[in-house]
Amino acid sequence: MNAQTANEQKLRAIFASSLDIPEDQVQDSLAYNSIEQWDSIAHMALVAAIDEGFGIMRDTDDVIALSSFGKAKEILKKYGVEFR
Amino acid sequence: MKLLEGKIAFVTGASRGIGREIAAVFARHGAQVVAHGRDEAALASLCDELEAETGRRPEVLVYDVRQTEEIKRAFQHIHARYRGLDILVNNAGIQRDALLGFVQPPLVEETMQVNLHAPIYHMQLAARLMARRGGGSIINIGSIFGTEGEAGQVVYAASKAALAGATKSAAKELAPSNIRVNAIAPGFIATEMTARLTEEQVAGRLANIRMGRAGTPADVAGVALFLASPLSSYVTGQVIGVDGGMRL
Repeated sequence: MNAQTANEQKLRAIFASSLDIPEDQVQDSLAYNSIEQWDSIAHMALVAAIDEGFGIMRDTDDVIALSSFGKAKEILKKYGVEFR
Repeated sequence: MKLLEGKIAFVTGASRGIGREIAAVFARHGAQVVAHGRDEAALASLCDELEAETGRRPEVLVYDVRQTEEIKRAFQHIHARYRGLDILVNNAGIQRDALLGFVQPPLVEETMQVNLHAPIYHMQLAARLMARRGGGSIINIGSIFGTEGEAGQVVYAASKAALAGATKSAAKELAPSNIRVNAIAPGFIATEMTARLTEEQVAGRLANIRMGRAGTPADVAGVALFLASPLSSYVTGQVIGVDGGMRL
């Protein structure tokens, strides 16, 4: 498995765990407030888990911009995390 | 077992007075303290003292809390060095006396930046680091003026009243993440800030204190230790007066 695929799987697992949903429900289109589980409280846990999982601390602007799984990948690329 | 063993505690405004005492008490109870301030010499002296006493040297961060970029850098450093944070004490503050008729925009702006905006940004970033650890404790240092008001303190009192509101709101938001947010509202505490008062002013203040004495930084630090520790594990959203029964 290459690094890009591993990072995507890792991010998907973090989303699934933080939002308490199955991994196959985590698609690029999965958006904040689009499902009951991704509310403001889960969002905070998700932000913390992503930063912890990838060993980074994002700027507040990037935390606010975290609006979907697809957007999360886009933001993480700025911090050197590669995706397909 | 010490109350704060293994905890990472960040204290702003730790150069002197209440902040210095809180940093010292936390260190004595086992915390790794990160001490913020503007006076490097005073912070170095605090670190020397605590290292000799506890065998662990606090870390010093010197920056201007009005600069949000510097706040961000401070938390990025804490993240890089400790991978998380357990306790934040927002103590850095300024108090400039001004009767309403003499209040000017720079006074309002600076007071709000230091006493309100900075604590909000510190809470925002601290909460992210605390959430990774499964919880934490945020302590905001307010003032009895924020709850009771005082002549000549319109701006300062407003900033501390706003901080109390921010405390209660953040407590509600962060409770599900097991992050507790409380405030301490000190009354008349003997520090360098109060040393400039005249004897007459001091007598006037003491007359309003039922316990008949000024408070000490240690009186405040004791409550901060309680709020930082598991002793207060079910306490959040509170503004606790440390004022000896002071009434204004």
